[in-house]
Amino acid sequence: MRPFDYVEPRSVDEAVALLSRGGERTRLLAGGTDLIPRLRRRQWRIDRLIGLRRIDGLRDLTLEDGVLAIGAGVTLEELAASTTVSDVCPLLAEAARLMASPQVRALATIGGNLCHASPAADLAPPLLCLNATLRAIGPSGGRDIPIGEFFTGPGRSALRDGELLVQVRVPAVEGRGVYLKFSPRRAMDLAVVGVACFRSHGVATVAVGAAAPTPLRVPASPDEAAARCSPIDDLRASAEYRREMVRVLTRRALEIVP
Amino acid sequence: MRHSIAMTVNGRRTVLDVEPHRTLLEVLRDRLDLLGTREGCGVGECGACTVLLNGRAVVSCLVLAVSADGAEITTIEGLAKEGRLDPIRTGAIQCGFCTPGMIMAAKGASVLEGNLCRCTGYAKIHEAIAQSASPPAGRETTSA
Repeated sequence: MRPFDYVEPRSVDEAVALLSRGGERTRLLAGGTDLIPRLRRRQWRIDRLIGLRRIDGLRDLTLEDGVLAIGAGVTLEELAASTTVSDVCPLLAEAARLMASPQVRALATIGGNLCHASPAADLAPPLLCLNATLRAIGPSGGRDIPIGEFFTGPGRSALRDGELLVQVRVPAVEGRGVYLKFSPRRAMDLAVVGVACFRSHGVATVAVGAAAPTPLRVPASPDEAAARCSPIDDLRASAEYRREMVRVLTRRALEIVP
Repeated sequence: MRHSIAMTVNGRRTVLDVEPHRTLLEVLRDRLDLLGTREGCGVGECGACTVLLNGRAVVSCLVLAVSADGAEITTIEGLAKEGRLDPIRTGAIQCGFCTPGMIMAAKGASVLEGNLCRCTGYAKIHEAIAQSASPPAGRETTSA
């Protein structure tokens, strides 16, 4: 890795000030599991890293007024192990358990997974089904971004310059969900496609990952879901195969949560 | 700029100056001479560099040393008690490169999802870990 400066702010405001002053070559460090490999491969060139680990509140996980409030710094391991998450939205805990390896899940955060805006981010389809809201704080204050508006392209999100994702808010809704991750290996692998389905009061919501430039809500019908996505060919699968898998997994998911 | 960090490594308080772009793995190996922790892929995929950070198994190649300031670290060297090997270190080794990471993952996470072995299959390794976790009655082990 090339050398860079490192700072550890103690508050969100301090982090936002550092981030907005810093410009393009200032980056945030949460779990580091996406960032460090990029720095090692010299994909990104940075002058300064802002370490978020000393900021109070970013690792809080609370249930209040029917909303599960998950700090952006909560790790995948904490999501997978939390009884609150398993009680209120087991779908999210299930997706977290299917990601990476224990040694990575102990580091990687929900905020990092979302902010990297990978089309294959495993937490995104469940959160799209659950209508999560993402709370961001920037130089001009805070705002809530519906997750359906958060992803704007591969690696691109609706966060503006100087904005920091601080919390993921998931409404606690009665219902049943499932996340089907299709990948050749059972661990340490990215999804060829991922399909989440949540049914509440008879109405099913379906969202897909790795099947379009962004994680995407699709119609709750196998054929329409397949038609709506716009997958690419890459080393994991062809676009045609992905589209077919969206059809199959959507059908299965709808069967699992009747 | 160098940062002063303090960690407890294998029970010993360690203070040193590090550059922010150095990983915990580099510091363990190059500065503290703890060569049991291996660098395999260097990008968090293979698990050869697994150590315990505050009791949790993590890949030390993805942890910046500066962000381990204040942490308690256990490496494979920290498992040897009074000159005897920890009971988990029995059998299932071919070239041995991946072994320390496997052992630390077994200790900290109880599963081997995140560890690659390029010599052999995983069956013997799983057996050895299961055996160490619950030694059969009457079998001689090195446990105290």
